[in-house]
Amino acid sequence: MKTVGVIGAGMTLFRRRLQETGKEMCFEATKMALDSAGLTRADVDMVVNGTAPDAFDGVHMKGEYLADGCGGYRKPYTRVFTGGGTGVFSTIAGWWHVASGLADVVLVVNEEKMSSCQPHPQSVFAHIWDPILDRPLKPNLVWIFAMEMNRYMHVHGVKKEDIARVAVKNKRNAVGHPCAQLADPNITVDDVLASEVMAWPVQRLDISPPSDGASAVVLASEDFIRRRKIKDRAWISGVGWCIDSTMWTDRDLYFPEYVARAAKQAYKMAKISDPRRQIDFAEPYDPFDYKELHHLEGLLLARKGEAPILTREGVTERDGDLPVCPSGGLMGVGNPIAATMGQKIGELFWQLTNQAGKRQIPQEVHTGVAQAWGDLMQYGSVVVMSS
Amino acid sequence: MSERITKWPGVELSAADLSEGKVTQTRFRPNAKYAWSAGEAMSRFLAELQDGRLIARTCHSCKRTLFPPRMFCEECFRPTDTWTYIQDTGTIETFSVSYLDTDAKRIPDPILVGVISLDGASPKMGMMHYFGEMTKEEIRIGMRVKAVWKPWEERRGSVLDIKYFAPLPEGKK
Repeated sequence: MKTVGVIGAGMTLFRRRLQETGKEMCFEATKMALDSAGLTRADVDMVVNGTAPDAFDGVHMKGEYLADGCGGYRKPYTRVFTGGGTGVFSTIAGWWHVASGLADVVLVVNEEKMSSCQPHPQSVFAHIWDPILDRPLKPNLVWIFAMEMNRYMHVHGVKKEDIARVAVKNKRNAVGHPCAQLADPNITVDDVLASEVMAWPVQRLDISPPSDGASAVVLASEDFIRRRKIKDRAWISGVGWCIDSTMWTDRDLYFPEYVARAAKQAYKMAKISDPRRQIDFAEPYDPFDYKELHHLEGLLLARKGEAPILTREGVTERDGDLPVCPSGGLMGVGNPIAATMGQKIGELFWQLTNQAGKRQIPQEVHTGVAQAWGDLMQYGSVVVMSS
Repeated sequence: MSERITKWPGVELSAADLSEGKVTQTRFRPNAKYAWSAGEAMSRFLAELQDGRLIARTCHSCKRTLFPPRMFCEECFRPTDTWTYIQDTGTIETFSVSYLDTDAKRIPDPILVGVISLDGASPKMGMMHYFGEMTKEEIRIGMRVKAVWKPWEERRGSVLDIKYFAPLPEGKK
């Protein structure tokens, strides 16, 4: 298996609505990633696109539609989709193109344009449910997160204020992110607790909003990186992914077992036996504040029920012992589903190559983990990267 | 990153830019309709609902009683073996008090909704449904509940043949 490195990254602004089309957003993010790697489209062997349900953009065959913007024109090109898990999974797909020896340079481009869907992308989320068991009950997507959050709180006796701390931390971290949609330097735990109740226990400020945006990374083989003397690179040292059943009412929602399985796969490959000691920082998927805690436990970076305590003690702050979502995460930067690769894989690259600017973690970091999550609370994708 | 890149691409629009036609745009309203054949397991499940019963499938290999019923066991990856009725009572595993409808519109009276693990099925197996005859202050995880069925003539072979789950009085099974 070839060793694979990330050598460039780019992303657009994340906003509730962008004027650019999906293709145009992809072009901007891709061009930025290529420029930052010092490459052109001619250097690219293959292209992977990641994007979530077609119904957001309203274009079936969305992957094909976006191909030109992703640099895929007349090249080997594939679109991958694992729900919200796409944000990290597309990099795994890019990785296997290079690790297999098939390609030296691969572009991975993720896009989401949720604003096209009127009046709100929520109505399209209704189409993910089982047509016989769930849909007659007219579920709202926030319901399942509320149910998972409530179960997690119940099993471990977690207080809402400890969950709100995640929203505060990430929205404050996002202040240093040039693309952030929801950065807020002054937000407090009380603001989160006082925000409108949507589906208890979920309140307005517990949720990341829908967004438009695109992000891109460039992957290359170790041979290519050495031959071209590329200095800014971070190695992909482990990958893992796992799916559970769509029959989500058949499992205890307090712990994401599928994330733990994906993490174990990635850690084994990265030769990580003690993740809490060997991993310096993490970018777990945080579309809701409680998800960061849930995923830290799934990633085995905290014991079950311990993540809220670590958060309360400041361990997960940017200058803490285990910085978590130094990018500002989905809670602070925004949640254009697949394009959150920019805060996950992109942030790992920028942190590990010391390019994160105002967001740079003060202590030296050598190993980070990124994770995404999706579908009906059933999909985990994990990437470990090292300097 | 932050140092080297000075301009981050993207032009932000407001809701009014679209709704008031301030930017050039085009519109489309799909008219897609679907009919799903319910398949082997769900056809029987829905027919039993109409009769006021909940049915599961057993797997003799892993010894589980699988609900919702399915014709193959995803764990053992073999056909399931027999049909078996389970109870219409169970325990609230989790719930939400929702002020949002399907289109994310706000509603004044919250919907009580959650997951019920059903008696007779394997542990933690159950279904999502509404709760009734309880307030948002009374509902709690671990509460024992029982299905309240629609009158026979109103049942259609749907999960909605159960109106909601209501508190199971103390001492009753």
